[in-house]
Amino acid sequence: MNVIVTDNGFESDTWSNIFLTLDKLLLINPKSTNKFSLDVPNTTDPKELAPLFARISLIRIAFLNSTDGRGFTLASHLRLLGYKGRLRAQGHVLADQYTMARRCGYDEIEISIELADRQPEKQWLSRSDWKSNCYINQLKQLA
Amino acid sequence: MARKFTNKVLTANRLIEGDVVYLGINGDWVLDHDRAQILKEEEFAIKQLALANKDSGFLVSPYLANAEIRDGVPTPIHFRDSFRANGPTNYNHGKKENHNV
Amino acid sequence: MYSYTEFDNNFNQNRVDQFRSQVTRRIDGSLTEDEFKPLRLMNGLYLQLHAYMLRVAIPYGTLNSQKMYQLAIIADKYDRGYGHFTTRQNIQYNWPKLKDVPDILQDLANVEMHAVQTSGNCIRNVTADHFAGASTDEIEDPRPTAELIRQWSTDHPEFSFLGRKFKIAITGSPNDRAVTKAHDIGLRMVRNNKNEPGYEVIIGGGLGRTPMIGKVLRSFLPRKDILPYLESVMQIYNMLGRRDNKYKARIKITVHEHGINKICDLVEERFIIQRSSFGGFDQKLLIKLEKAFAAPIYINEPIDSYNKSYQSDPLFRSFVDTNLSEHKNLNYSIVSISLKKHGQTPGDATSQQMRMMANLAKKYGHDELRISHEQNVILPHVHKSNLYKVFNELKSVELATANIGLISDIIACPGMDYCALATARSIPIAQQIAMRFNQLKLENDIGEIKIKISGCINACGHHHIGHIGILGLDRAGVENYQITLGGNSTQNTVIGKSLGPGFSYTEIIPAIEKIIYTYLDIRSSNDETFLETFNRVGLTPFKKIVYTPSEIINKSTATFANNNNESFASQEIK
Repeated sequence: MNVIVTDNGFESDTWSNIFLTLDKLLLINPKSTNKFSLDVPNTTDPKELAPLFARISLIRIAFLNSTDGRGFTLASHLRLLGYKGRLRAQGHVLADQYTMARRCGYDEIEISIELADRQPEKQWLSRSDWKSNCYINQLKQLA
Repeated sequence: MARKFTNKVLTANRLIEGDVVYLGINGDWVLDHDRAQILKEEEFAIKQLALANKDSGFLVSPYLANAEIRDGVPTPIHFRDSFRANGPTNYNHGKKENHNV
Repeated sequence: MYSYTEFDNNFNQNRVDQFRSQVTRRIDGSLTEDEFKPLRLMNGLYLQLHAYMLRVAIPYGTLNSQKMYQLAIIADKYDRGYGHFTTRQNIQYNWPKLKDVPDILQDLANVEMHAVQTSGNCIRNVTADHFAGASTDEIEDPRPTAELIRQWSTDHPEFSFLGRKFKIAITGSPNDRAVTKAHDIGLRMVRNNKNEPGYEVIIGGGLGRTPMIGKVLRSFLPRKDILPYLESVMQIYNMLGRRDNKYKARIKITVHEHGINKICDLVEERFIIQRSSFGGFDQKLLIKLEKAFAAPIYINEPIDSYNKSYQSDPLFRSFVDTNLSEHKNLNYSIVSISLKKHGQTPGDATSQQMRMMANLAKKYGHDELRISHEQNVILPHVHKSNLYKVFNELKSVELATANIGLISDIIACPGMDYCALATARSIPIAQQIAMRFNQLKLENDIGEIKIKISGCINACGHHHIGHIGILGLDRAGVENYQITLGGNSTQNTVIGKSLGPGFSYTEIIPAIEKIIYTYLDIRSSNDETFLETFNRVGLTPFKKIVYTPSEIINKSTATFANNNNESFASQEIK
């Protein structure tokens, strides 16, 4: 069972919805009023997702390696295109990247037990104050 | 055909100080290339490298470097390893300074 | 000059605290080396050949006496009493210990400095014309924009884990001293036909293993659009740039593979939505920054004493003729302090020299110093009445070498004497060239020439754009040096042409000598520079001489070859 990290620290994953890939989601009748959870790689073109925003309640973006920062720009782009649902980063994200993830529009991070053991809750909580000391938010007057 | 294994020394940088060390004859880590252990068997060398890689609380970037005995002293083969063993050429710093092990 | 706001100070302090925690966690095992490495790199800390190396940012090469003084203190307290100024306008310390680095960062933060983003796959310290705000040819001071970009790029949440490093340079002058065409993004401040200020945006330049000259992405970008536009470029690069091969990850390859037109379309498309994310605060800030970088209050003194000293002291005269540049105020000069005394390591300054430069800036230079990408230090505003005092004080600490722009004013990367990536040494080559031509007393006769030396293909020493470029390689376990000729780092950027097969460590200095003798032999007049001669005649005459055995040449160029036989390369450099 993976660990979910939010500003409040570690939580267990209570999201019960099944995650679909984009291909699968596109097979579902567009008239369905259900909300879906979507799993996407960090190479996804956000413009492909934009028409589906109303049908999605959670987008989970994979971080295969903490050194690959594409997931940050992807999240920021999705938010700018108007996505208001939940946004989750999953995989190899470091506590030191928590502020970046939050600033780019992620609501939460999903990490493995192994990573949670090595980087305990305290290290993530020390980065939970992601709104302060942010140049870009200051320049964009978001702070 | 299996290639022939050439003699090696195991070297790394110390995590906290950053300076160059070599696996010594007694399994300790020494600052002088002169006192490095010459690893003559491939299997043993690879095993020592794996051990060094696990010792990440003390060492950074361990690797096996070619070396040979010249005039009874372990000597680097490649000029890069010579610089690592002897310090920079422009100042008497690093390995060129007097140091106590 | 820009002074930190409370926000800047808080940010900086927070970064120091974070790094202190990261070091602790690295030592206690919470962070593996693989995880720690990108974090330490983002704070300028490398592991080099012999030790760690800390690269401290000097944003757009500008600093004051207090900062320079602190750099000297750090050199004494934590290092070996010196520092190395780089082609990225930074300073590097070659011997810090990991456990001391948080304290060094704290000492830096105390004087509004840092080592943030001097390394790693992020937007690096932005560089600028080292004569900014002082030169006669400037359209506009680039530093307010550079500071704006510093703030925007610092800890940018999207761009701290790019596919590869990303370098931005800016110039406010048509005579490009910031090498903008060899950067990932180069900005040239321009005016449009309505005389409105803006930028020409150049992308995809770079040296390294695939040298490329930047291409114009936008010939005129209105000033107000700079940040959203840069952000759009970065976003396109972050998503489109290759991550499968680090040698193909720079934006120059992205531009090469997709074509400038496609990149342009993607950026413009992105820019339309990105623009809405900025609300105008950035432009208000820019106006404040322009005030912070306003010209100093110039003094008004008679300059008779300067003229007198110029006439009476030949050493001073030589210094003035070689190391000074015209200032926009007629009674002022821009003083370039050479860190290239013959036989010294290019770009190195001792703590004593740093203190002297700090003092001179404070006493005679409106408290301003610059670091040039040519690895020298600049006093941008010195009144002519003070020049002789500045010269004499510089002389007392061996900083008055009159060789700016001459053959011994060489750019050299640290090379294999320090750098873990290097394939050959650079420093001793630079030392020997400088010593050799000083010994031959040919330096002033040769005149303007730029030699640039890199100790590996990554080209930190800018060898591709040197009039003579030297690249040190490892050829079958032996140092080997390749020569390029005709490179140019100005607004007319040119990648130099390869002369032919490389030279061994002992052959390279004689080869450079032959090239110089050939130039002296064939130049059309004493006023024709090396580069002009090369552009007129091309590689052939140089090739012919260099690859002909020396005994034959010694006969044909007897005028210059008097004491040409001893190979200086074998002499020891003290």
